[in-house]
Amino acid sequence: MKRYSVFALAREALNHHQGWERAWKSPSPKARYDAIIIGAGGHGLATAYYLGKNHGLRNVAILEKGWLGGGNTGRNTTIIRSNYLQDPSAALYEKARSLYETLSQDLNYNIMFSPRGLLMLAQTHHEVRGYLRTVHANTLQGVATEWIGPERVKELVPIINIDGPRYPILGALYQARGGTARHDAVAWGYARACSDMGMDIIQQCEVTAVRSENGQVTGVETTKGFIGTTKLGIVVAGHSGQVAEMAGFRLPVESLCLQALVSEPIKPCMDVVVMANTVHGYMSQSDKGEMVIGGGTDGFNNYTQRGSFHHIEETLRALIETFPMISRLKMLRQWGGIVDMTGDRSPIISKTPLGNCFINCGWGTGGFKAIPGSGWAMAELMARGEPGPLAAEFSMYRFREGRFIDESVAAGVAH
Amino acid sequence: MLLLECPYCGVKAEETELSPGGEAHLKRFGPGSSDDEFEAYMFARKNPKGVHFERWRHAYGCGKWILAARCTATLEVFGTYVAQSSAPPADIVEKIKAKRPEWKGFS
Repeated sequence: MKRYSVFALAREALNHHQGWERAWKSPSPKARYDAIIIGAGGHGLATAYYLGKNHGLRNVAILEKGWLGGGNTGRNTTIIRSNYLQDPSAALYEKARSLYETLSQDLNYNIMFSPRGLLMLAQTHHEVRGYLRTVHANTLQGVATEWIGPERVKELVPIINIDGPRYPILGALYQARGGTARHDAVAWGYARACSDMGMDIIQQCEVTAVRSENGQVTGVETTKGFIGTTKLGIVVAGHSGQVAEMAGFRLPVESLCLQALVSEPIKPCMDVVVMANTVHGYMSQSDKGEMVIGGGTDGFNNYTQRGSFHHIEETLRALIETFPMISRLKMLRQWGGIVDMTGDRSPIISKTPLGNCFINCGWGTGGFKAIPGSGWAMAELMARGEPGPLAAEFSMYRFREGRFIDESVAAGVAH
Repeated sequence: MLLLECPYCGVKAEETELSPGGEAHLKRFGPGSSDDEFEAYMFARKNPKGVHFERWRHAYGCGKWILAARCTATLEVFGTYVAQSSAPPADIVEKIKAKRPEWKGFS
């Protein structure tokens, strides 16, 4: 792989940009691999990357039924934060956030990580108490967050209306090192690095069955034939239930549609991420100038990637109240993604009832921020066969044992 | 946008008039049941991509719980029926079988 650098750019500029090589190869599947990962989204590719980088396992295939990064990795609102309440979540998300800090250098691929700061507005007294508690918890966990008053909120976000009639801004939970990154670049950067390590990324290859013998996984049937392996990682977000069924077990997960939308591009007006959880809307401005807006989750099971229109109305109504100046903005695009929700709204990184079959799912409405940490923890689990410290608490068996990691407000949306 | 006909008041209710209530026909397990049974009852939903039986409440109408048969892959509604049912009624099952020959049936 030729490294990307300012010298490469200069060299190619003199060469009419004819010499750039493909970022990753598109090989045909081999008969067997040491490990197979189903799902070439951010989490799947990150898992493969850290399997190779941290554990030296490089004979790996990543199977994708559609195209690379075309599921929720390409459908989220690119927000990165780690201001969670519970210790296991804070550890995992802070690991991810800290990996994001150096990911561009690590992958030699500009993922445009922008730690521009993130505010979670408190608009009721209940929320004030909740966020003060989170700030204290984060202090103990070593996650840098602080509580700020309404005047400081107004300083950071001049376009905000802090004395709205229904829900005035009473303060905010501020994470200065939270922010955004370019979501596609995260998938592309990991894919390029995986391909460079000799891993096979096989797109348009849908898994149709999981094969096993004596309770141990032996391979998968796909639309491109049987592929053998002794280690299988299922990292398929919204379709986790489907693939788990192929592997012979049921997950404590339900699939719902979560929507997002962007406005027409406007001049820079907001350089932080703002989440307003009481009125339920969150917004940031992309580098292109579009206001990126996160909407609500439907309350019913849905695999269609199109959500209910009334959620968009509710979200925009809330945001117009909070940011009156956006009231005449036209919305450019709207889309939905299928999120896999667990009972406690925390993810699952776990062994499964099938031997040497591992699952990483349940990220619900907040998976993008966790990609590097999730891949790190999942790779550790797949390489050793046992969870490391990051994944230990996120077993799928925690539901039976009542050891929930209750983050019901984690995504800042009313589930 | 979903339209469900309320089997009690006959209103064709639009989605904002309804509250979703999750999978229908759950068999409840309580004290004395095994850990497996209780975990499955509490958390392990079928979550199918296809035919799904589910509970809704006609929250901003007559207020009653109703049941619906719906396809989660297309949002097609096969029918609604009263909540006092331990299994989907035969006519709805027939209708689903006609439209989804690959469907394995209610279990």
